[in-house]
Amino acid sequence: MSKTAQEVLKRKTGRVEMRNIVKCFPGVRANSQVCFDVDPGEVHALLGENGAGKSTLMRQLYGMYRPDEGEIIIDGVPTSFRSPADAISAGIGMIHQHFMLVPTLTVAQNVALGQASSRGPLLDLKVVTARIIELAEEYGLKVDPEAFVWQLSVGEQQRIEILKALYRGAGLIILDEPTAVLTPQEVEDLFKTFRRMVAEGHSLIFISHKLNEVLAISDRITVLRDGKVIGTRAAKDVSRSELVGMMVGREIKALDPRPREAGVELLRVEDLHAMGDRGMEALCGVSFAVRSGEILGLAGVSGNGQRELDECLAGMRKSSGGKVLYKGRDISHCTLNERVDAGMAYIPEERMRDGAIREFSVQENVFLHDHESPEFRHGIFLDFAKMRSHAEALVHDFAVKTPSLDTPIKNLSGGNIQKLIMARELSRKPGFLVAAQPTRGVDIGASEYIHQRLLEQREAGTGILLVSEDLDEIMGLSDRIAIMYEGRIMGILDRGQASVEQIGFMMAGVEMGEALSAR
Amino acid sequence: MKNIFSLNVISGILNTMIALATPYLYAAIGEVFAQTAGVVNLGVDGIMLLSAFAAFYVALVTGNLWLGLLAAAVVGLLMGLLMSFVSVSLKAEQGVSGIGLYMLGLGLSSLLFKVMIGTVKTIEGFKPVELPLLSAIPFLGPILFRNNILVYAAFLLVPIAWFVLEKTTFGLKVKSVGQNPAAADSLGINVDRIRYVSVCIGAVLAGLAGASLSISLTNLFQDNLTAGMGFIAVALVYFGGWSPVGVLGGALLFSVVNSFQLWMQVLGVNIPSGVAVMLPYLLTIVALCVTVNRVRQPAALNKPFERGES
Ligand SMILES: Nc1ncnc2c1ncn2[C@@H]1O[C@H](COP(=O)(O)OP(=O)(O)OP(=O)(O)O)[C@@H](O)[C@H]1O
Ligand SMILES: [Mg+2]
Repeated sequence: MSKTAQEVLKRKTGRVEMRNIVKCFPGVRANSQVCFDVDPGEVHALLGENGAGKSTLMRQLYGMYRPDEGEIIIDGVPTSFRSPADAISAGIGMIHQHFMLVPTLTVAQNVALGQASSRGPLLDLKVVTARIIELAEEYGLKVDPEAFVWQLSVGEQQRIEILKALYRGAGLIILDEPTAVLTPQEVEDLFKTFRRMVAEGHSLIFISHKLNEVLAISDRITVLRDGKVIGTRAAKDVSRSELVGMMVGREIKALDPRPREAGVELLRVEDLHAMGDRGMEALCGVSFAVRSGEILGLAGVSGNGQRELDECLAGMRKSSGGKVLYKGRDISHCTLNERVDAGMAYIPEERMRDGAIREFSVQENVFLHDHESPEFRHGIFLDFAKMRSHAEALVHDFAVKTPSLDTPIKNLSGGNIQKLIMARELSRKPGFLVAAQPTRGVDIGASEYIHQRLLEQREAGTGILLVSEDLDEIMGLSDRIAIMYEGRIMGILDRGQASVEQIGFMMAGVEMGEALSAR
Repeated sequence: MKNIFSLNVISGILNTMIALATPYLYAAIGEVFAQTAGVVNLGVDGIMLLSAFAAFYVALVTGNLWLGLLAAAVVGLLMGLLMSFVSVSLKAEQGVSGIGLYMLGLGLSSLLFKVMIGTVKTIEGFKPVELPLLSAIPFLGPILFRNNILVYAAFLLVPIAWFVLEKTTFGLKVKSVGQNPAAADSLGINVDRIRYVSVCIGAVLAGLAGASLSISLTNLFQDNLTAGMGFIAVALVYFGGWSPVGVLGGALLFSVVNSFQLWMQVLGVNIPSGVAVMLPYLLTIVALCVTVNRVRQPAALNKPFERGES
């Protein structure tokens, strides 16, 4: 732990106040006159739809952007951060919405990065590793300090991010959607961690789209909409529906998929084996089938082979045994393009890495697959007018918030990127769709919209494999639920056959019979 | 034909190989630093030329080889600062900045040579230092342990560079700014500063590469003395997969072929000299095609960093 961090821990972080913050980007006023404060030992939640300006506000507090107007006051002293280094030494830590990890380095190296070493200029990875193990045990964060980050699942990467902040002993920790990638059990554990930290005098800023989490952990809740503060409420005197009203300004309907007779078998996976990035078997004989007009939910803690399964289905990873049949045809050795042409679509878990090109504009990202389709071509030339109107329609239909179609996608807020990828894949009217964590980091309004779209696709006869760690989503949408644990399917249940708890048990490795008999 | 593969010739080829590998080692290991931090410096050859001139001129005038070496390092540092200013601070396209730097070095060294020296002269460069005992090892001893100080230092640089990159906090920072500058920035690392330092380390080493050419290997200076060696050094970085040990392998392979063709010419073996001279370059291209492992390429190579873009 660095010296500054210890000092901060001792004196606790004082009151942090942001006053009348204004921040503009080309074409958007991301924050306008925002006032926000955190008391010592408080959990203050920040709510708002995708693109409301939450991350932007927090990046200013973490020294990544400078406010155009307004002040940041720490313990009564107006402060100006020139870089995250200043914020870190003021005792502020931030866990970013998109991971800030170096994939080619190990966990320990990522944690040690930028920290003073006990051996001066030489790395002291042994000391760092010991400290990581200590922290990991203390806070119940399962990690392997020697693993390379590129080998880790999103859930594991999130744990590293949390460890990084803990390691630096920050007094005030900003958590930009830290739970978006965790299972209910993991969230519960994480909240225990948070409560312990708060008891020690840390303050937390917590961003999430999940209202029950926000209500469970926070003392106060501030809602942002279109860059403005709509209001700040004490968590104990506010209701769920009042918060939804403040965020979106309308009612949100609960999911209610009508039961439906599933059609013919579309996709069959037989005894599929595949190696993970770490050279160990990640899929150990997975078998299931998806019929047309059916949503098969795949529940499981991330890192249990879901990513490898998705990639095998998409054609991005070689299987080492078994078969994948699509419409009766063995496609195990088909390339990604052949699968796309056959009518399969994939919404990847790591959308920034596998689903979009950061520097490309919104419109270009819409046409990553379809730029060769005759529909958008005049001979060898692209039909820009048609492409533009198609992109415009998608952006409008899916309510993607973007200053223009020519904005590079990296400048969109996290949820809006996901909506755009979703829009692209669904607009291709796929026969079979793999949707990996489709609403992770997406706001309530947009989640509802994405869920409706998935159900619509199901009505239209698409077979869908819905991979999600969000049990509410799985239970709400799926016709059948498969539970995955350590590269195996623990069992496949019909909708309504099991409770959330029972599925939770199976996600933790309890056999189906035992889980179903548990009360 | 018989005498070509005699022990003497083989030992001669290997001896020349060691000497030839020296400038490549300095330059390529320097480039490993710059590229690991995410900056491609194509100006290595220009730095080598200007430093080779500086080293030669200072040594010629003062008669002190060490002052020559110092001059080369200083010239390298200045060129490195220029490169980092243009490509890191001003965020100019790295490839173009590097080519510009090359042209500057090429033109300036040639101009200064004409104005300040005029005709090709030679000096007495660094002399071989025999390492006691070691140099008495049969066959290998004379090849490895009868070289001058710049040669030893070049080979020592390999483990040193490896150590710095793998075992120090600085090395970790260098790798992180080359792989994911946004992550490094979010941890309070000054991305631009690390890139400046890395580019300058590379440039100083390129300067030493130039000096090793003019005051240790050839002991003269002439127009375009390097004849593109700096570019080969850049290629060796790709060949070596951004690792000092890989670079060593590449430098030795390239130099042994080069040394072989030199010896063939000396021995009067009947191959057209053009073909012979082409051989090592051809080999480089083939080896590059076969070996480059893009997975190990720094992900942010060639990308200027601007905060808040993710
Ligand atoms: N670097 C940038 N350049 C240009 N525009 C940006 C940049 N960063 C954010 N924006 C814009 O500012 C607005 C606010 O974005 P921000 O990321 O703060 O939203 P958010 O509330 O965090 O949303 P989400 O829940 O989706 O993460 C968006 O309209 C976004 O497009
Ligand atoms: Mg955000």
